[in-house]
Amino acid sequence: MNQIKNFTKGFLKENPIFVLVLGMCPALGTSSSALNGLGMGLATTFVLVMSNIVISIIARWIPNKVRIPSYIVVIATFVSIVDLLMKAYTNTPGPNGEPSLYDQLGIFIPLIVVNCIVLARAEAFASKNDIISSAIDGLGIGLGFTMALFLLGSIRELLGNMSILNHKFIKDDGILLFVLAPGAFITLGFLIAIMRKITAKIYKNK
Amino acid sequence: MAKKESTLNNMFFTLLIISLISTALLSFVYIKTKSPIEKVTELKKNLAIKKVIPEFNNSPINECIKLPIKQLKGNDSITLDTLKIYLGKLNDSITGYAIETFSNEGFSGKIKLMVGFLPDGIIKTIEVIEQNETPGLGDKIYKTKSKFSLQFEGKNPQNFKIFVKKDGGDVDAITAATITSRAFCDAVRRAYDGFNYAKKLSNSN
Repeated sequence: MNQIKNFTKGFLKENPIFVLVLGMCPALGTSSSALNGLGMGLATTFVLVMSNIVISIIARWIPNKVRIPSYIVVIATFVSIVDLLMKAYTNTPGPNGEPSLYDQLGIFIPLIVVNCIVLARAEAFASKNDIISSAIDGLGIGLGFTMALFLLGSIRELLGNMSILNHKFIKDDGILLFVLAPGAFITLGFLIAIMRKITAKIYKNK
Repeated sequence: MAKKESTLNNMFFTLLIISLISTALLSFVYIKTKSPIEKVTELKKNLAIKKVIPEFNNSPINECIKLPIKQLKGNDSITLDTLKIYLGKLNDSITGYAIETFSNEGFSGKIKLMVGFLPDGIIKTIEVIEQNETPGLGDKIYKTKSKFSLQFEGKNPQNFKIFVKKDGGDVDAITAATITSRAFCDAVRRAYDGFNYAKKLSNSN
């Protein structure tokens, strides 16, 4: 029961984007289309789960004063692994010459290192809890992040590019503003407001 | 087990061990992914060559002319990078030139393109090989994302000025991505220089 709560808190109660408002840089930068958001979210989820697991194991041996640098090294290692794996296996262009996932996410993958969600979960959760809870926490928060990015990306893609999941249904350009950074902030603002409304209702009933 | 105290020795050895383990892990993954990465890069290059020039039955990768691009820096000229010119031949007559070109003027660093020229200098197609431009804006240089790169097709750089309109040329820039468009033109101009060089070379033979 406790683990289920541990997992689901990442979606609503402690959603990294809508509630904690952490990791804004990659969230706003990579959510220009639904698939980009999804790819970025899943890569971050992998790093979160792996670094949470490792940090929950090694935290007890790390002296307090060097814990942040140690966590960063662990996180950076996993990010580099994701980067290399994605370069090797998600780098084939699509059948009609669409850019590969790796080409699309470009410089944002290495930036997972500085994503504060990853460090925040390491510091606030993984270093104080056992392996299984930490892994589940990482998975929940990561998937919550993915969901938020996917939602944000879908809306921006729909309004800015007039397409859903890269399938264009209206020939013309959309409202360019929504592909740009300001559009990301505007969409995020509305989404946070809606999420607040929903969560307020849920927790009132309890 | 009690938490270790933050003495100099403890801190030093903890960081040392963590760094060593992650270095070992990274080297392992690097070695394992090295050949798939090379294969995929090769595959992408082959695909790009196939797309930009008409039919050929030789192997352009083996018939590659390399042209170093030099830039003056003070009194020295330094080599920026190398243009790679691939010749496509059908029964020993040249059907097209695929030129791997680049620009360092991109919004986020290097842009690499593959430009295909017909033997008379007309641009056939342009494919993007590598870019780090802003997703949703600068990445409209991809054909699948906008018509930007299509405007070069069928044009001969002799009477089509490859500069964006803001700079007095004939190219429509991507909205909100002028820097990327300029870099794209820069790369295409460089490719045309390479084409002229290769053309001269094959004429003198």
